[in-house]
Parts: sequence; C-alpha cells; structure tokens
Amino acid sequence: MENAQTAVHQGHAEPTFSTKTIWRTFWILLIITCIELTIGMFIAPHFHSLKILFNILYIFLTLIKAFYIVAEFMHLRHELKNLLMTIIVPLFLFVWFIGAFLWDGNSYKNLRNDYDRYKKEQSGVKVAQPAHGSGEHDAKKPGEKE
Amino acid sequence: MATAVPVEQKWWSGGRSPFNIEYGKLMMWYFLMSDAFTFGAFLISYGTIRFSSNSWPDPNVVFSSFPFMGSAHLPLVFVSLMTFILIMSSVTMVLAVGAGHNNDKAGVMKWMIWTIIGGLAFLGCQAWEWTHLYHQNAWWGMNPFINADGTQATTNFTNFFFTITGFHGFHVFSGVIINIIMLIMTYKGVFDKRGHYNMIEKAGLYWHFVDLVWVFVFTCFYLF
Repeated sequence: MENAQTAVHQGHAEPTFSTKTIWRTFWILLIITCIELTIGMFIAPHFHSLKILFNILYIFLTLIKAFYIVAEFMHLRHELKNLLMTIIVPLFLFVWFIGAFLWDGNSYKNLRNDYDRYKKEQSGVKVAQPAHGSGEHDAKKPGEKE
Repeated sequence: MATAVPVEQKWWSGGRSPFNIEYGKLMMWYFLMSDAFTFGAFLISYGTIRFSSNSWPDPNVVFSSFPFMGSAHLPLVFVSLMTFILIMSSVTMVLAVGAGHNNDKAGVMKWMIWTIIGGLAFLGCQAWEWTHLYHQNAWWGMNPFINADGTQATTNFTNFFFTITGFHGFHVFSGVIINIIMLIMTYKGVFDKRGHYNMIEKAGLYWHFVDLVWVFVFTCFYLF
C-alpha cells in the first residue's frame, strides 16, 4: 500500500521506471531459466524416480518468474491495491481448475488401467523408435531412456 | 483535512479514482486476464490428457536439435535460445515504456525497434523448430516419437504441442504487428502531439503477457 499512497500523493500514478530495477529483473529471470535448464538437461534425466519432485520444483521456479514479469515488467506491483485485487483474485479460479482437471485425468487413467484389459496390455508393449523422415535423427537411441 | 498521516483512504466513497489508471490500460489488463484463462484452459486440457496417459514422449529426446548442428544431441539448447530472446525483448520493451515516460521519442523508437527485432527472431526460431519437426513427420495427427517408457505414443503429444505453441506464436505475431504500428505512430509524432506515450505502455502490457505465457508453455512442454 505504501507504493500506492505515494503515487496518489504525487497526484497521478506515474510509475517511475528505473533502469536498475529492469536489469535486476532481467538477471533474476535469466538465472532462474538457467537453473531450470540445468536441472532439465543434466540432473533430472539421472533421477527418473524423483520426476514428480523436479516437476514441483519447476512449477515453483515458474511461478517466481511469473511474479517478476507481472510485478516489475508489467508494473502491477506499483498499481493501486484495488486494481491489483480485481486482476489477481479471479485468477485463483485456477487453483480449482488445475486441481479438479488433473485429478480427473489421473482417475481416468487408473480406471482404464483397471478395467480396460486391452489398454493395459498395450501399455506394456515396447516399440522401436521409427526412423525419421529427414534421417537427421537416426542417432537417437530408443533404449537410452530407461 | 491537512492531517499529516491519512487515517484511512476512502477509495470507494467518491471524489477520487479508485483504480487511478487510464481506461484503455485497465481494459488491456482485463483483456489479458481473460486471455490468461484461454491459455490456462489449453494448458490444463493438455495436463489432463497427460495425466490420463500411462506414458508420454521425453522432451529431452524430442527437442534435441539445433540449426546447422546436424544430428548432434543438444537437448533443450534451442528452446533456451528462444526463451532468452523473448526475455530480452521484454527488457527492451520496458526500456521503451521507460523512455516514453520521459517523452524521449528517439529512445522509444530505438527500444521499439529492438523489441520488434526480438519478436521476429523468436518467430523465426519457432518457424525453424516447426519445420524441423515437420520434416521428422511430426504434425497435427502425426507423431513419430515414442513414449519415454518405450511404448507407442498417441498423437496427443503433437496435437497439443502444435496447437498451444501455435496459439502462442500467433500472439507473438500479433504483438509484433502492434509494436510495428506503435513504432510508426511514434515516428509520425502522434504521441508527441498527445503529450503522453500511454499507448506504448498498453502495447508493452500485451508484449509482457506474451512473455509470461511463454514461461508457462516452456515449463509445460519442455521441462515436464
């Protein structure tokens, strides 16, 4: 609220863009992206059983990036709280939206695995990686991942 | 009324603007909020299908090419470049908005041109990525990649990938068009005559939103 009140005392919500803040935000975004990529490229492929933990970490880092883009680049942090609430509060619908739908997808998978025997058999059949059209990717090893 | 510390701001009792923001900018915010729900619905439907599948192609295998590098296995390197380009163009966009606050016409033009270049570079990268995947027989309804556990994959993977990155790419494209219009208007001195560069700020909101969506698309398709 302090920011908002200061802006009002100046008579107009004139956001002051400081070049220093912009570059600080840039470095934060870049470093987080590099961390995500390092995990995705070099660390996560070696720990398949921990995949869900890595995914939670990715979500966490993504939300931090989203916060910095919206707060600093889009300047929402420096707007009045009234405005901020009308935009942020409706987005909480996503909490239900994501939870309900992913739960439903997971449930559908379990039901099919339990009751659809053809599906269950098919999900155990391994296939060879087909050759690609351009032939550029013949070096791919199907057995490489597990 | 001359109290040094206002006890409480009465935002909704009249006499002041409760949002203290220009109408067009407010509407841009609400448009972006609705657009966030559109993208959210896309990504959540992708997540639902992925949760209902026993296995899914491994992004480290699918996205492992780089232009002019032949068959070298470079997982996620190209998409890192695309991400970097988009973040960078977001920075130049903020700098354009900042220059607009100082009514610095030359500065706005310089940073808008850089932003447009960044947007075009991103679109070029995406065009290359799509062409490359197409040559690997990946397209809507065609999926040459197998699941991470070695089983046969469905076309869900490519359908969602091309639809969602395509929808995002379309946003980038329209953002570039908007930025070009803003550049022309700046060049013609329209904003100097108006006395403010609020339009640059609204175009900037849209552009940052495109960057914001990419952050989520990137996580959902390339990292998970």
